[in-house]
Amino acid sequence: MEFSITKKASNLSRGLFIIGLISIIIGVALNYDSEHFATRLLGSGLANAFFFFALGLGALFFLALNYATEAGWYAVVKRVIESVALYLPYGIGALALVLLTISFMKGAHIYLWMDDHFIHTDKIIEGKTPYLNVVFFWIRTVVYFTVYLLFLRGFRKRSLLEDQEGGTSLHFANYRKGALFLVFFAVFSSTSAWDWIMSIDVHWFSTLFGWYTFAGMWVSAMVVIVLTTLYLKSLGYLENVNDSHIHDIGKWVFAISFLWSYLWFSQYMLIWYANIGEEVAYYIMRTEHFKFLYFGMFFINFVFPMLILMSRDAKRNAGILTFVGVVILIGHWLDVYIMVSAGSLGPNAHIGFIEIGMALLLAGLFIHVLLKNLTKAPLTPVNHPFLDESVHHEF
Amino acid sequence: MSEKIIYAMYGDDEVLKSSAKKLVSNGVNITEVYSPFPIHGIDPIIGVKPTRLGIMAFLYGLTGLTLATIGMYYFMVVEWKMNIGGKPNFTYVENILAFIPISFEFTVLCAAHGMAITYLILNRTLPGMPAQNPDPRTTDDKFVMEIRMSENEKLSEDTLEALLKETGYEELEKKIVS
Repeated sequence: MEFSITKKASNLSRGLFIIGLISIIIGVALNYDSEHFATRLLGSGLANAFFFFALGLGALFFLALNYATEAGWYAVVKRVIESVALYLPYGIGALALVLLTISFMKGAHIYLWMDDHFIHTDKIIEGKTPYLNVVFFWIRTVVYFTVYLLFLRGFRKRSLLEDQEGGTSLHFANYRKGALFLVFFAVFSSTSAWDWIMSIDVHWFSTLFGWYTFAGMWVSAMVVIVLTTLYLKSLGYLENVNDSHIHDIGKWVFAISFLWSYLWFSQYMLIWYANIGEEVAYYIMRTEHFKFLYFGMFFINFVFPMLILMSRDAKRNAGILTFVGVVILIGHWLDVYIMVSAGSLGPNAHIGFIEIGMALLLAGLFIHVLLKNLTKAPLTPVNHPFLDESVHHEF
Repeated sequence: MSEKIIYAMYGDDEVLKSSAKKLVSNGVNITEVYSPFPIHGIDPIIGVKPTRLGIMAFLYGLTGLTLATIGMYYFMVVEWKMNIGGKPNFTYVENILAFIPISFEFTVLCAAHGMAITYLILNRTLPGMPAQNPDPRTTDDKFVMEIRMSENEKLSEDTLEALLKETGYEELEKKIVS
């Protein structure tokens, strides 16, 4: 059945976009003469652009993972995953816009290593210039974006072609390309997290930061996929999706929440135990100035899914899944917000009209693009080789 | 008191499943099914109650967590305040980060071992215990359904046999046990 956007949904996305825009305008009007205005505006832009970009990228990764492992169960929700991944061009646009503006403003006190003043006065930053310089930064960024977009385009093209032609040659092409994407993603997910997020705290480094960021992006993407699936089911679409599929995506949300918590804890405990000055500075900023938000966010993202989604029945219950999903989506948004603003603004950071407005604006755009993408192809793939297996998926 | 047991052997798990469905709908009580591997979806058909192993796993895990906490608290804080990496353990709470990995590991250890041992005891499959299955082939490629006459008093032996005949078993064996 073809999906058509309901009036309510398109009003919601438009409403979010307009409320976000108004909220940003109010925030700008109230704060434009304050001291850290540019840093705050661009910082919240970076955090939100990255968060929504990461939803698309997480879905693209999950799609590639299912191709590479030749999974069968996901075939009936494949179009949902694809539609979330297809936000990527817009996400890349927003992120590139923010990064460009920051570059033109010499880092805007977000990326200190872009500022000549700091490069010459700070020995540590100076030592990092072979990697952290504007030219190489943009070369890497363009390479990431190009690779992601090329793979996304290929997956989508073959997916639509499969609906027309069928057969297994497209399936094996997807299998190979999916595995190849995972190889690229294994490197790029780490290095891009260093470039865009970790370099904000330019003195600090952590080797598992990339995985931490990646786990956050993956679980957020899974939440969006399960929420979209539940929404479509509640409207009567996706007639082949049964409890077992919902249960499976719920299990992903549950499991990756643990992966994320595990990485959060590993990073925190090792740095706490070693207690090296340049490393703990990162956590002292968070535990002193972001105490409530930082530990609250960890509590939400770990304890909520653990306690509530543990039982089998909870993962099959649309209401519970939606509740937990929305809560941990906000939790992971807070995570990204703290990652960016604790490094750039430090004690001056607070959530106000600008931050919330930016989130609503991009949420409106995201929902709009997602719904548009869902209308562009049949919601159930026609000739997916594992379609029959997926329709009969039951455990 | 002696009782009669009927064993019907099948060569395919799907055939056994559909036969069991048919028999149960005719009011037959199936006591047990022996199979070389778990047959998905057989439990609700023959009326096996959902396992409570999960609850036991939680209790074993809780035991492990408690033991680990008490142990570490005594070894690292009470008896001698261990100083590791320049972090003396004056209180448990201050250094709780250092104790979390061990608490986790010991919780998992106790839960896993407790569950495995409970499972073996409940199934009477601890090493050295006599085999419970009626035919050694059920550990290889055959599936056996056990029906006890004492649990099917409403049905006569003949009707039961007629019902079984329709399902297409491979072998039928009757045993009288005392």
